[in-house]
Amino acid sequence: MSAASIIERLAAHLGLEEGSFESDAEAKDPWIRIRGDRLVAAAEFLKADPELDFDTLHCVSGVDWPGDDPPAIEVVYHLTSLTHKHWIVLKTRVPREGGSLPTLETVWKAANWHERETYDLFGVRFEGHSDLRRILLPADWPGHPLLRDWEWPETWHKIPVKPGRQMTERAEGGQMTGVGPFD
Amino acid sequence: MAEQRSPVDGAPLVTLYDEELPPDNSYAFSPEELEEDEMILNMGPQHPSTHGVLRVELKTDGEIVKDARPHIGYLHRNFEKHAENIDYQGVIPFTDRMDYVGSMGNSLAYALTVEKLLGIGVGERVAGIRVITAELQRIASHLLAMGTYGMDIGAFTPFLLCFQQRERILDLFEWLCGARLLYNYNWVGGVSHDLPEGWTGKCRRFLDEFVPVLDEVDKLLSHNKIFIRRTADIGIITPEMAKDYALSGPNLRGSGIDWDLRRDDPYLGYENYDFNVVVATSPHGPVGSCWDRYFVRVREMYESVKIVRQALDRLPAEGDVHENVPRFVRPLAGEAYCRSEAPRGELAFYIVAENKKPIPYRVKGRSPCFVAMGLFHEITRGEMIADIIAIIGSLDIVLGEIDR
Repeated sequence: MSAASIIERLAAHLGLEEGSFESDAEAKDPWIRIRGDRLVAAAEFLKADPELDFDTLHCVSGVDWPGDDPPAIEVVYHLTSLTHKHWIVLKTRVPREGGSLPTLETVWKAANWHERETYDLFGVRFEGHSDLRRILLPADWPGHPLLRDWEWPETWHKIPVKPGRQMTERAEGGQMTGVGPFD
Repeated sequence: MAEQRSPVDGAPLVTLYDEELPPDNSYAFSPEELEEDEMILNMGPQHPSTHGVLRVELKTDGEIVKDARPHIGYLHRNFEKHAENIDYQGVIPFTDRMDYVGSMGNSLAYALTVEKLLGIGVGERVAGIRVITAELQRIASHLLAMGTYGMDIGAFTPFLLCFQQRERILDLFEWLCGARLLYNYNWVGGVSHDLPEGWTGKCRRFLDEFVPVLDEVDKLLSHNKIFIRRTADIGIITPEMAKDYALSGPNLRGSGIDWDLRRDDPYLGYENYDFNVVVATSPHGPVGSCWDRYFVRVREMYESVKIVRQALDRLPAEGDVHENVPRFVRPLAGEAYCRSEAPRGELAFYIVAENKKPIPYRVKGRSPCFVAMGLFHEITRGEMIADIIAIIGSLDIVLGEIDR
């Protein structure tokens, strides 16, 4: 099924009128953006509908947009249908401060670890998650490192953790790193 | 409490704790909840069978595992944060260090994603070289999986034979790009070095000599009665479970699902190669067992040999491997998600780009091992402690990729 008809079918099921939601069927990876409170309904439909049959949740990623109005974290779900060999991207936005999303663990079990990772690195809370603990970082790690305004602590339990200035200076100075034939 | 100084000057890691221990997320089970005869057993992180630094917390009743929880993150470096400070090409060495025994596959996936973002392609020679290196890397990675799996179960000889052959692939790679493990070989729009003179001949010779050895190891291990009894009945992943947990690669095909990105969403011209997708047939037990996953890897090596032979045959003689390498990588605002069939499953990168910036806004790596580890607690429930080791080995995980 083409991306446009997947988006159309999902929008029709959710009762979204044209123009009331954002989507792009022509993008490199066609996507549709829906509100957080419709997320579970959308996911359940995408999985259950025999014509769509999105049986696997491939990946969950967070992207921090502090400069947007309102500041938000975008959570991106990449879905695959092994039966029909088609793909769609589901996006939703959650407020940066104190926002939360419903968990999709009830729909695809793969969501469990992905959501734990998103919680760990972005601080997005997933309501109804069975085991929302940090997964990659220690429990008392300060903050959520993939937020754009997160700052390196100097030390963690007296272990120096801040990276050398070399790396950040190079990047800020616009220098190329030593990869490629032109260096 | 007075501050205690480091017993060794200038050695910060040796500092003694003088504060209370941090809050702990490292235990999923609490002693208060245990029933009679149950105990909590800690396995790893320093354990030879965990293939890296993986810690598994087991709730056991005698030899039976009632529940298990993997704890990961010991190798976490957060390359995704580093990537926000480095230009697009500079991220490639970081991706090499994700799955450090399958580096070619990682940099290939990343390069494909950036190329998708830029909307550029590669020439036929580069595509051919990439297919050759990716498939050789798959063989090397599967040899490692096969050899160490045998050793986990207690068979030492296959390990030696496998590593001998793997060594020859590493030699080929060393000749090709100077590195034996972390290659930085696939660049955006090309590869770092063209094939040296005589390389293809040596590669063919390797393939010719490798197949008989693989036959021998296969005979030695795969159909060994003890090995089958140890592995064909444990760690069952049903097809439904495999889909629900989004497994990929040999783990997915080991559950009897016929899916391979090289055939179903081809890249690099894989659609032009003649090869079979290996799916588990389960002659020795229920579908989705440890033996099935192991055997899919063994059969896949034969298919990879077929692909490399074809790629060598049709490799264009001439072609500049730096032809399409962009001087600057400054994509337009947008995003790209590109998957590829790495040795351990579907490795994907998700890159968000700001308009004409040399530095990616966000890079996310979708690691197949991370996903596979997510279902670990399901397949270990009710197994014996000794079988936990067989199950970890059959998933073929690399902790560098899980923790990133």
